[in-house]
Amino acid sequence: MTTPIYEARDIVRSYGSVRALEGANFDVYPGEISALIGDNGAGKSTLVRILSGADKANSGQILFNGSSVNLDNPTAARERGIETVFQDLALANHLNPIQNMYLGRELMKPGILGALGFMQRSEMRNQGQAAFTELGATVRDFTGPVSGMSGGQRQAIAVARAAAWASEVIFLDEPTAALGVVQTKGVMDLIRRIRDKGIAVVLISHSMPHVLDVADRVHVLRHGKRVAVMDAKKTNVEELVGAMTGALDGKEAA
Amino acid sequence: MSIDTESAVNTRETEDSVIRQPLGTRLAGAVKSQAMQIVLVWLAIVVIFSVLSPDAFLAVANFRNIAISVSILAILGVGTTFIIVTGGIDLSMGSVLVFSGVVASKVMESLGDGQGWGVAIAGIVAALASGLMWGLLNGFLVAKAKVPAMIVTLGTFGAALGLSQVITGGIDLRASPDVLVDSVGFGSLIGVPSLVIIATTVVLIGIVMLNHTKFGLRTSAVGSNAEACRRVGINVDRQLIKVYAFAGLLAGLAGVLNLSFFRSTTIAGHSLTNLDVIAGVVIGGTSLFGGFGTVFGTLIGLFIPATLRNGFVILGVEPYWQQVVVGAFLVGAVYIDQTRRAANSRGSTREPLFSRIFHRNRNTNRKES
Repeated sequence: MTTPIYEARDIVRSYGSVRALEGANFDVYPGEISALIGDNGAGKSTLVRILSGADKANSGQILFNGSSVNLDNPTAARERGIETVFQDLALANHLNPIQNMYLGRELMKPGILGALGFMQRSEMRNQGQAAFTELGATVRDFTGPVSGMSGGQRQAIAVARAAAWASEVIFLDEPTAALGVVQTKGVMDLIRRIRDKGIAVVLISHSMPHVLDVADRVHVLRHGKRVAVMDAKKTNVEELVGAMTGALDGKEAA
Repeated sequence: MSIDTESAVNTRETEDSVIRQPLGTRLAGAVKSQAMQIVLVWLAIVVIFSVLSPDAFLAVANFRNIAISVSILAILGVGTTFIIVTGGIDLSMGSVLVFSGVVASKVMESLGDGQGWGVAIAGIVAALASGLMWGLLNGFLVAKAKVPAMIVTLGTFGAALGLSQVITGGIDLRASPDVLVDSVGFGSLIGVPSLVIIATTVVLIGIVMLNHTKFGLRTSAVGSNAEACRRVGINVDRQLIKVYAFAGLLAGLAGVLNLSFFRSTTIAGHSLTNLDVIAGVVIGGTSLFGGFGTVFGTLIGLFIPATLRNGFVILGVEPYWQQVVVGAFLVGAVYIDQTRRAANSRGSTREPLFSRIFHRNRNTNRKES
């Protein structure tokens, strides 16, 4: 736990005259759940977009496993084992969970059949089901289109898909925003199991109780800067809200 | 989830031991699918005509005629199914078919005495290349220029037909080598016409491509959620261009078959082919909104109008009625697709049509209880 697996230093990003990030820092360690919170407009989404390769910083440094990296596109991040689940989930509704899991990363048959474009369908089905089961994602129907499934199931499928491919870091943007109590608990358990696999989890959420419940550390963003890093065990909602709104300036400022 | 070759070898042995759903469940699922429903509809039509005219309709020769009349449309239908699965549309395939036939005929005419397999193969290659070119043009304009597919293919529909007329001066060409006509146009293998064999092969290839290959999966995915494809690194534009090029290639093939069967480029004969094919695709259960479709459904969707036309002729019914019936089928098929989409977006299962018709006050009852 000496080197963060993923670290951002002094990230600046402005859109025209709007300064979304003004020297933001962030770090996450393997096997840790780091929550990223902040008020609307604090720069959470921009930071996640930059760290997942969907956007580029104007200046600043991104360190992966201690060495500086340049992410030109989301594929560059994925190749390093960094996955992101955005709020819209990005599932293909007409495809089944297995097809969604392997979309863009199809397992091809060996030899000439693979060259002709044939996929190992049963192999994908077996390994996909095993991956979902390992994470405890309760997918009842592996053969039906995901459009027919509940919000919780779809969220679980999207998270499990990312977790199956993320070997190092996984970003979850508001994974419980649209879910009920039971479904939220399911996704929270899923997040813990991903952490237990040794993957670094970054949770972006508005829900303070969920953050305190599941996270190990909490990073607070305000006005495009990280203003506080709290140990989730030693803090509370009041303190977090205080940091978010600026009532507790200066504490552990990075 | 990294898969090294060793584990791939080990797990391949277990490939047959996939957890399968019970046969009953799978059968029920198959019957519920629209492709199977449409097969039952077609069988019902066949049974009705067979009862009404057991001698003329229920004859091998007659079914051979129906199959031949569907063959060329089916080849176009395979490509069109892929295009509609991406959420696009193709109005140009009839004109591309004619254009490919014209180019093939011109090429074959200009080579030596215009006979023999060498000439025939040159003609086939010319037709395939012409079709592929139009397909690439369609795909490029749809994917890169972002012009709506309906407008692009309406444009190429007119352009390909116009160029055919420019090349021929509006008079049908008839040049096609005898070997081509004898073997492909009117040839047969153990009683099965060559046209039917070729079309069946193309349909089988289409079914396998859509269900078993990366190309097929990505075609469905692009039609379902293009943004999701971009997020996982799929080049959506390239996939679209490939799909339109594939459909164009098949239209070129259909051009050769058309030329060798009719011994004419039939310039004026394909102005409504596009609508016939699209109707077949939609009746077969492929969603006009993209994301889902079956090649097999398209085949049956093309058989229904052909069978009706054939049966009506045999029964002495005015063949114009066929158009009325096919029109009703088309609207009905899209209605079913719409209700299914609506049910899916609500996350519930679709109620059967009849229960909804006969239980109109169902909702008020529920409110009271």
